[in-house]
Amino acid sequence: MRHRWRDRLLTTLLWLSIAVLLAALGWLLADLVWRGWPGLSWSFLLDAPRDAGRAGGIGSILVATGLILLVALGTALPLGLGSAIWLNEYTRAGSRAGRWTRLSLDILAGVPSIVFGLFGYAFFGLFLGLGYSILSGGLTLACMILPILIRTIEQGLAAQGDDWRQAGAALGMSRASLLWQVLLPVSAPAIATGTLLGMGRASAETAALLFTSGYVDRMPEALSDSGRALSVHIYDLAMNVSGGDAAAYSAALVLIVLIVFINGLTLGASQVWMRKRVSYGYY
Amino acid sequence: MAITESQSSHATPYTVGEMQAGAPCCEPVPLLQIRNLSVAYSGQKALDGISLDIHRGCITALIGPSGCGKTSLLSSLNRMTDLLPNARVEGRILLDGVDLLAPSCDLTALRRRIGLIFQKPNPFPLSIWRNLALPLKEHGTTGKAELHEKIERALNDVGLWEEVKDRLDAPALALSGGQQQRLCIARALVLEPEILLMDEPCSALDPIAGEVVEQLIRRLQGRYTLVVVTHNLAQARRIANYAAFFWMRERVGNLIEFGACENLFAQPTHKLTAAYVNGRQG
Repeated sequence: MRHRWRDRLLTTLLWLSIAVLLAALGWLLADLVWRGWPGLSWSFLLDAPRDAGRAGGIGSILVATGLILLVALGTALPLGLGSAIWLNEYTRAGSRAGRWTRLSLDILAGVPSIVFGLFGYAFFGLFLGLGYSILSGGLTLACMILPILIRTIEQGLAAQGDDWRQAGAALGMSRASLLWQVLLPVSAPAIATGTLLGMGRASAETAALLFTSGYVDRMPEALSDSGRALSVHIYDLAMNVSGGDAAAYSAALVLIVLIVFINGLTLGASQVWMRKRVSYGYY
Repeated sequence: MAITESQSSHATPYTVGEMQAGAPCCEPVPLLQIRNLSVAYSGQKALDGISLDIHRGCITALIGPSGCGKTSLLSSLNRMTDLLPNARVEGRILLDGVDLLAPSCDLTALRRRIGLIFQKPNPFPLSIWRNLALPLKEHGTTGKAELHEKIERALNDVGLWEEVKDRLDAPALALSGGQQQRLCIARALVLEPEILLMDEPCSALDPIAGEVVEQLIRRLQGRYTLVVVTHNLAQARRIANYAAFFWMRERVGNLIEFGACENLFAQPTHKLTAAYVNGRQG
């Protein structure tokens, strides 16, 4: 009977913890929708901000955010895929190069974003002369999300086991075509997860962007222009602009919807790619 | 499932069987000459001093207890040992008089001539069609008609064509274990190899599916040269023309006895062989 009692306690505790979690999340979302929804309109999404963001919209900011994410992902995804493939397929198990690379990546993944911001400011902004620009912001974010991207993709590749690699080798297939035809398609979910984690971190990033892409809220005309990301805009409205709270809530709501949308899109794309190339027996 | 598999295999015409009737079987011509071969992992020898001829068109069975180096021998025959960073292979393996262990050996061409079937069926997570088309394309066959002809012939050879011809786009992993193993054999045959290495090809299958694969191996005899590792002595006796018996001496695998399969089982010359084939040891 004692065991039953303990079981019940454990079950209750588990239910309780999930209820607390859901309540907190629900409260946050409800608050956001409650305060942000009234300010949302097509003109809010499309217009340029006026009066330091108190009036007008976030059109130029959405464009800048999109460009920064595009630069970050366009740089990080090919680099990350390449590094993950090198780590998992081209270094021998337990080799020194692989071990040290993994260790450095794990340390880098835990470095606070403000440090990446300082590095980006010094390296991309000053040393490479990119100044405050969308390009330096995007490249800084790329550095920031690379570690987590590489490790996620690498673990996805490692999870595939050696059966197919051996089969490919025994058939005289090159490693490249085995990768492209078999291993990468079956690892598509891991690639998508890594991309999502990276995008999530990048689109929520404020600290690293303050130093690199800056906070000019004009419509950017080139990648060398400064541009204000959505998260920087929210930070500015909430902290520096009195009377900017309503607009900050609306912008935050847009950011959340954007992240959900990107998640859905990435997962969908990876599923389509996988189904086109891979056929498992079980779906 | 397994029963329908064996039934349909009887109903299917086998091109290999037809060819075997005409082709001379098991000429006493050494196709592979293994000379003083040793394999070591991280400096620890697993196999030492192996010299052995593999005869053209014959089935050679490698028998012996686990860990005595049979699989090491098998995987050095098509240089799969290259995939293991700590493995070191010494000695010579002559194929047409050329040492295939030489660094200058073209691995892609070698593995096309010498195919390998694994214990656990390992079809790619692709459609049945693409499992066979992928290695063909890799080796330069691109014409749709040519692909189709070769794929149909290979699937016929393993008795799978009638079972899957209407669902070539279906996932290979949805096939039963026995069908998957025959698909893997077809995937090796589609490259038209001369030699097929098989590492316990039936031991991961249920008895009926295993029997279908065993019959298939017998039909391949004559047209291909086969080297089969097996723990199933009865099976070795049923299928093999030659048998090689391996045993561990001081933790290193040695070749104890090699000869015509029937002789090795009926009149073993070595007392270890006699004890093993009669089930007294191992």
